[in-house]
Amino acid sequence: MGVVINQNKCVKCLRCVRICPGNVIRRGPDGMPCIRHPSDCWNCTSCMKECPGEAIYMILPPEMGGRGARMTLQQSGHLTEWKILRADGSRILLVTDTDAANQY
Amino acid sequence: MSAAKVTSGYRTGVWHRVYVMEKKTVDSDVLIIGGGTAGCYAAICLGERSNLRICVVDKADIRRSGCLAAGVNALNAYITEGHTAMDYVRYASEDACSIAREDLLLDIAGRLNHVTRDLERRGLTILKDENGKYISRGWRNLKINGENLKPILASEVRKQKNVEVIEHVNITDLRTDGRARGAYGFGILDGMFYEFRAKAVLVASGGASGLYRPNNPENLAHQMWYSPFNTGAGYCMGILAGAEMTTFEMRFIALRCKDTIAPTGTIAQGVGVEQINAAGEVYESRYDRTTSGRLWGTVAENLEGRGPCYLKTSGIGKKAEEDLYRAYLNMAPMQTLKWVETKGPSSENVEIEGTEPYIVGGHTASGYWIGHDRQTTVPGLFAAGDVAGGCPQKYVTGALAEGEIAAEGMLEYIEKDWEGESDGNFLTEQSEEKKREYGRKLRQEKTGQDRAGYRLEQLETAMQKTMDEYAGGIRTSYRYSSTGLDLARQKISDLTELLEHAGAGDLYDLLSFYELRDRLIVARVLIAHLRAREETRWRGFQEYLDHPGKKKEFECYINSVLEDGKIRIIRRRLEHVPC
Repeated sequence: MGVVINQNKCVKCLRCVRICPGNVIRRGPDGMPCIRHPSDCWNCTSCMKECPGEAIYMILPPEMGGRGARMTLQQSGHLTEWKILRADGSRILLVTDTDAANQY
Repeated sequence: MSAAKVTSGYRTGVWHRVYVMEKKTVDSDVLIIGGGTAGCYAAICLGERSNLRICVVDKADIRRSGCLAAGVNALNAYITEGHTAMDYVRYASEDACSIAREDLLLDIAGRLNHVTRDLERRGLTILKDENGKYISRGWRNLKINGENLKPILASEVRKQKNVEVIEHVNITDLRTDGRARGAYGFGILDGMFYEFRAKAVLVASGGASGLYRPNNPENLAHQMWYSPFNTGAGYCMGILAGAEMTTFEMRFIALRCKDTIAPTGTIAQGVGVEQINAAGEVYESRYDRTTSGRLWGTVAENLEGRGPCYLKTSGIGKKAEEDLYRAYLNMAPMQTLKWVETKGPSSENVEIEGTEPYIVGGHTASGYWIGHDRQTTVPGLFAAGDVAGGCPQKYVTGALAEGEIAAEGMLEYIEKDWEGESDGNFLTEQSEEKKREYGRKLRQEKTGQDRAGYRLEQLETAMQKTMDEYAGGIRTSYRYSSTGLDLARQKISDLTELLEHAGAGDLYDLLSFYELRDRLIVARVLIAHLRAREETRWRGFQEYLDHPGKKKEFECYINSVLEDGKIRIIRRRLEHVPC
């Protein structure tokens, strides 16, 4: 359990169904993608990167110290904006760039 | 399940509705099973250097399939200035306490730098200094941005005019008449039965995770380091076809960040921090400096009451912390989320733990027994990447090198050694039987359950529990005894029998069924290997409580083949490459 599909934002393009490396996301009867079983997900974020409408978010489960923060992402070209919304309403933005190598 | 029709049939004393799948035959010269790092690179090499028809089949989408879905943070096999290919061979062989094929290591070591440059040319970002030279981390690691490594490889594969990519098809078995002639599988989305016919076959479908109870419980079971979707399918199809396997007993157990099971090298070697125990003591120097020794050190500290253990990151500063946040987003995003949500590494040391044991030939020597050309003991069947054995510490660049070597090997095989199919009827019947098998499994009455009503997940949990408790899992600090292994063998055999009676309600169940079958067969072979090496060679990775310490007589490879339903162990002599 880490990745959640926001049904209100989903546009049913089903790109997430195709990209998931584990075939974990399937098309539900209403045409909406759904995660087969939360324990199947690897939390690799491939679906989040493929989603055109930021409709998939990641949460840190309580077993790992989660307190309700949500992370979404938006990719444009070589840049990825990772947006974290904490439960208290504070926001953090981290930007990664595939043209920039990691320093470590 | 659009391409399957429902009929009725009388089987095992009960009337069932049985699916009959529509068949699709795909012909090519070379079939590549698995579009991960090694498979994609082999396809690119064959595409650019031949006019052969190549088919890559993957159970997911090659842009993100395999173990590098989220990205990778370094190239860990590169030879920097002042070092030679032989240095790499010596390092990997010593780290494996001599149980490594130095000839295979030398093959890849000679290609590591050229595949690195080629990958950069195709779009990978590598850290360089102002003179354009790669900046290394130690003498064999390069810093990169590997978030998009799979999309880069996938786009290069797509450029090849003679390469066809078929996705969302799960291959379960090889098409074989003694030589590899292709493979059988089913479409996870389209419900078709696929028969792939080819002159040469490359297995590049990765190693095996999920054999043992994983670090995290229930809902987080797949929060692991290695891909939970690498189920050992490549090993399994080879084992069932009679291919010889090597060194499964050299399991890979990684030291990873607690909970997220994210890599630690970026912090340990990248930032350059020490491992400390709960008392703050640097303990590494008290133990062996091999990969297994470092794991064992952490296990021992815990056993002796000095755990938990940490990477001493507190005080690294905010700049380093921000860089780590980004580095982890490029390979294991959950770790960054954890730091942001709890405490960052500059203010709190990063706790570490050992993972479940994996079988993964990119790190240890487990996998197919192969020749220089990466051909297995089944003629026409080649192996590269994590499924290929004998060649540990190959990592990403080693997998690329092996993909290239296998591509060259297959070209030569097709030109010189290939022979026509012996008996058309035999293969036709084999294909029909496999199609019927999938249809039988797709019974509506038993939705993802076995005859007794057990769900597939329950059987999987039972397998992981057995391996964890009796075959050296986390619970026993990776140690095992003869009695335990014998119990494990019996229990895995019982579970295999239960699985035979399991059915699938839909194509996803069918996928789960074969993933579990793969794991059970790999587990069975693994237990036989653990039992056969009656010594302790790699404490941490392989500690046999009945046989502590190394023994001269086990300076050999432990190999195995499945013959007439029984595993036969073969010992093979070590051969060293002269300096």
